[in-house]
Amino acid sequence: MIRTTRRTLLKASAAFAGASALGFPSLVSGQTEKIKIGHLTPLTGFLGALGAYAQLGIRMAEEEINQGGGVMGRQLDITSEDSVNPATAATKAQRMLEQDGVAVLMGEINSASALTIMQVAARNKKLFMQIGARSDALRGKNCNKYTFHVDIPSTVMVNAVGKALVRDNMMKDKKFYTLTADYIFGHDLARAAKSFFDANGGKIAGDELVATDVTDFSPYLLKIRQAKPDIVCSNLAGNQVTNLIKQYAEFGLPYPIVGFNLNTADAWAAGEGNLSGTWPTVWYHTSDVPASKTFVANFTKKNGKPPENHAWIEYVSLKMMAQAMNETKSTDTDKLIAYFEKETEFDILKGRKGHFRSWDHQLMQEAYPFTVKAKGQAKDKWDMLELGGAIPGPNESLETIALTKEQNPCSM
Amino acid sequence: MQFGFLLEQVVNGLVLGGYYLLIALGLSLIFSVGGVVNLAHGAFYALGAYASVEITKYLGFGPAVVLSPIAVAMLGILFERYILRRFYTADPILSLLVTFGLAMVAEQAIRIVWGAAPLSATMPPAFKGSIILGDFLFSRYRLFLLAVVAVVLVGVWLLLHKTSFGRVVRAGIQRPDMVAVLGIRLQPYMTVIVMLGVGMAAMGGALFAPITIVHPAMGAEIITVAFVVVVIGGLGSFWGVVIAALLVGVVRGITIHFAPAAGEASIYVLMFLVLLVRPRGLLGERIEKFE
Repeated sequence: MIRTTRRTLLKASAAFAGASALGFPSLVSGQTEKIKIGHLTPLTGFLGALGAYAQLGIRMAEEEINQGGGVMGRQLDITSEDSVNPATAATKAQRMLEQDGVAVLMGEINSASALTIMQVAARNKKLFMQIGARSDALRGKNCNKYTFHVDIPSTVMVNAVGKALVRDNMMKDKKFYTLTADYIFGHDLARAAKSFFDANGGKIAGDELVATDVTDFSPYLLKIRQAKPDIVCSNLAGNQVTNLIKQYAEFGLPYPIVGFNLNTADAWAAGEGNLSGTWPTVWYHTSDVPASKTFVANFTKKNGKPPENHAWIEYVSLKMMAQAMNETKSTDTDKLIAYFEKETEFDILKGRKGHFRSWDHQLMQEAYPFTVKAKGQAKDKWDMLELGGAIPGPNESLETIALTKEQNPCSM
Repeated sequence: MQFGFLLEQVVNGLVLGGYYLLIALGLSLIFSVGGVVNLAHGAFYALGAYASVEITKYLGFGPAVVLSPIAVAMLGILFERYILRRFYTADPILSLLVTFGLAMVAEQAIRIVWGAAPLSATMPPAFKGSIILGDFLFSRYRLFLLAVVAVVLVGVWLLLHKTSFGRVVRAGIQRPDMVAVLGIRLQPYMTVIVMLGVGMAAMGGALFAPITIVHPAMGAEIITVAFVVVVIGGLGSFWGVVIAALLVGVVRGITIHFAPAAGEASIYVLMFLVLLVRPRGLLGERIEKFE
């Protein structure tokens, strides 16, 4: 038995009481503890510029929500990190769920990384709101019930541009030469493009796979000239599209160029006078929907430049998540899944509200084709694009451009 | 027709190789004369591109291409004086580490100053479009680029082989201790070589900015190719780098013609084969511990 003097006992008790007094407040304020959300997005690599905008978008939404009192009275605490590559994305997602104790995962733009994060989320039975990755396969054969997809998938982008091309008589019996990014998203896009061509009379004169780290396209441009197609078509992603466009303008090949994927940051980076043709977008800052204009004004004031579509989509995604948590009064995964699966409508700053389709968890929303303004018509370096009318038209269901049950083998 | 297409790829590869040469030559010179591996070479390339974009806004494209290499060369003097100088007599791995660290710092510094989004750089409209010579398609701009590289190459060759400056540099590459014994300090020559090397890299950046994306990580992209070219050509050899650069451009072009998906990997396979057969590189100085 240890001999403790009375003095030591008194000192120890005082110390213990003092420590508890410090500890107690944190126990009491446990009810107002923050809601942790894990956010992953590529900040390096060929999608890095898009990831930077994505972060700005979600941060702005986080600030607005927190200033308005938070979700269920609790402040949001978003940890946002660079997903780097698929393997790192999976490791970080696992760490965020296990060690950091996040309630939900959000984000990603790279389809390959999104796939690994989806698998981590399913394994841990936690919700992942997959915001920016567009590969069909994520909502298709790789779908799982823990993931909800916000951005439009490859097929919708193909449909948006394809319909515009059909309308402009640039589809039937025309020979297309396609350049495809050699990873899951590129392959998906090429597949969707091919089925659109087949269904609408387009022909394929050539299809080249391009590794995602190619920066010089001159050999491909030579091959294009050798094949003499009618239209050149880009199935590339991120800053590869920018490079292709710049070098296409450099060589001045006579064939029109279109593409089935483009992000506005990539279009801006191409520089004045280089971009041409018809491309798809999920949103653009010149949209005249009033709620969208307010968002654009606030973002531009805060960041000194207009928002790109990835900033917009991350902003509305966090707002949707906050709405879901507020209405279900919980951060519990199953309750949130049920709320989204009910096909609840959300204001996504577009003409029509969006909702997640119950059987494949894809957000149903409008998309837009766009062309490039003639030289001299742009008001500033961000105003170079001419937004086309929303697709589908106002009287058609949002599902007309989405993947049909035949095209989408998703089953949960 | 097939052969004609292949030939077109070869010619385009030579043009691209000329561009790689501009970057690789500086890297090779710095290693050959100073014995330091400059992994920060790509950072100077990136700075050249960014400086050129900034200067173009005020003075136009022509002055930008001339002034930005000069500005970066000044930066090169500081780099040499305060960082590189300490590592001439040290283990090569130390220079590798410090320049690698510097490359990362430079990339992040660029990101902080100019942001992560790529800058848009356009070329003067006079250069746009292509020319058809015979049956071959050339981009007007790349022919201009090739002309500039040829001029620079001739200039560097003349400097190395027809001036007393060059004589000392070449002696320093082969027998630095003998040069010291003869009472010549190699230090000032090294400074000029570093200035020249990073200036050429910056010129490469400035020239390529209109046809590639100007973003913070562009230095990392180019350093790998430059390194491969230097290794294939062999250290200490002027013509080795020239031949290697052209070879790399041509091999890449041919691979893309036949098997496009393997295009980027082909240069590494080439390096692998060259190193297997001849570790010193095609025309490099014999390095005793490797052979």
